[in-house]
Amino acid sequence: MFNISAGYWLRIKGLERKKLQFAILVIIPILLLFLVLRIIPVFGTFYLSLYRWHLIKPDRPFIGLENFSRIMIDKNFRIALFNTTNFTIIVVSISVTLALLLALALEKKTRLGGWYEFAYFLPVVIPMVPVSMIWKWMYDTTYGIINILLKAIGLSPVGWLTEPKIALYSIIIMSIWKVLGYYMVLFLVGLRNIPVEYYEAARIDGAGGWQLFKNITFPLLKRMTLYICVIATIQNYNVFTQVYVMTTGSQAAPMAAVRVLVYEIYQNGFRYFKMGYASAQVVVLFAIVMIISLIYFKVFKIEDD
Amino acid sequence: MKKQAKKYLRNWYHLPLLFGALIMLFAFVWMFLSAFKTEQEILAVPPTIFPVKPVLNNFVQVYNRIPIFRYFINSGLVAGISTIFVLVTSAFAGAVFAKYSFPFKNVLFIIILGTTMVPFECYMIPFYIMVSKAGLVDTYTGIISPLIISSFGIFLMRQHVASIPDALMDAARIDGCSELGVFWNVILPLSKSTLSALAIFSFMFGWAFFVWPLIITNSADHFVMEVGLTMFQNQYTVEYGPLMAGTSLSVIPLLLVFIFLRRNIISGMTISGMKY
Repeated sequence: MFNISAGYWLRIKGLERKKLQFAILVIIPILLLFLVLRIIPVFGTFYLSLYRWHLIKPDRPFIGLENFSRIMIDKNFRIALFNTTNFTIIVVSISVTLALLLALALEKKTRLGGWYEFAYFLPVVIPMVPVSMIWKWMYDTTYGIINILLKAIGLSPVGWLTEPKIALYSIIIMSIWKVLGYYMVLFLVGLRNIPVEYYEAARIDGAGGWQLFKNITFPLLKRMTLYICVIATIQNYNVFTQVYVMTTGSQAAPMAAVRVLVYEIYQNGFRYFKMGYASAQVVVLFAIVMIISLIYFKVFKIEDD
Repeated sequence: MKKQAKKYLRNWYHLPLLFGALIMLFAFVWMFLSAFKTEQEILAVPPTIFPVKPVLNNFVQVYNRIPIFRYFINSGLVAGISTIFVLVTSAFAGAVFAKYSFPFKNVLFIIILGTTMVPFECYMIPFYIMVSKAGLVDTYTGIISPLIISSFGIFLMRQHVASIPDALMDAARIDGCSELGVFWNVILPLSKSTLSALAIFSFMFGWAFFVWPLIITNSADHFVMEVGLTMFQNQYTVEYGPLMAGTSLSVIPLLLVFIFLRRNIISGMTISGMKY
């Protein structure tokens, strides 16, 4: 980089030189921060995944891909991978679909629009920890409001968090509730960017509601939908906080039933200090998310323009 | 009559919308109501909706058991300081990426943009090792360190500054401004709305950040609100009254931010979403 900029230096003068000087003075500290706080740690994860790296033990041998072959036969990891995938598929598909429907309904500015926006976006703004605690209280088998309402309408109560088969789905319901508003607002942004003229022209040609959606709204929303699907997948594959809160303390969900990848990584890395092994798990998680994102790009067939 | 009926039918979608909105709000209403109930009332079947005799005992319990004000200050410090850093780094980097040329600019920008897609969980282990080698475990510097730059912020600011006409910057140069002067007198004043949206985002993000403070802090003096709350939950058996009181207190700052700055938040998402 410096060789090339030195070349520049000789050829340019005056204002151009002052501008380049400013740009380089500004960008170098920022790039250094970036290098230390992002790039090096990301590569560090790949590096550590090839080592047996215990925080306390000074002997940290290079073991090649041994961590990865251990992951293949790790029962907890397999459970976590299955649960997280299950969680992500359900949360992403339901919340993205509902968010699109909501955005379509809210697109027209109505008198109640602002209130709806407020209500649906509120869970997005409130952090996951308090939200998980509220839901834990509402899910309580004996005193929780949800079971009391169920009993009131004649249904039998459900062990929302205590029943191993149900616990993951309870966390899924809560997570959909939490992220719905975020994807809704993103869809609204996409919808409001579609020029009104397109619709007008199509209406003159006699297109009806469904045709308008199929031929104008949906194709022009493709980019935004792709973006939402990618961030939703990344976000949900990294689910941690709600699982952490709902499985600790009393009246909590059984860990085995809701074990997820980041929890597994957290435990291996920061409870047992097996940081090499935990890093290998991160690499697997990273690879899965990358592959899914690439599939999205293929499915949505977006040409770079 | 028929016209009237048709009008109502056309607005049928308000029914599910309203129902959904009530579900969204209910959890928070229930939290606040529970916080004012006595222990007997909380566990009463059938439950009361509004507290029969509202009490503040739950809040007193919270105050006596955990240093909740300390948690407030810690969360405020972490979110506030990281926001200032993010604003400064994003404004400078955004301006330079939008309006100046330098070697490898495009490659560097793509790398920065790429890291917006890498969640913190993907590099938290090496980050922890780095921070612990630097002796910063259980310090404010340690908690704030991953938050001081934001690739999203740089991206947002670059998109915004790109829309500022070059002519304005040139006019300032003719008036004798240095490049720093151009940044200070032209770019910053024209970026107020984007910067305030970015400030709200990074404050909310810093406040809600959970996994890192959980890992890096181990003394109550440095717990942020979110970590303190989970510790509070883990220490005691089911006592939903005090727990809901603590939760209610903890959400007040972000609730206020949301109530007063909702327009900015949504328009900030519009700025960032539009350019994708």
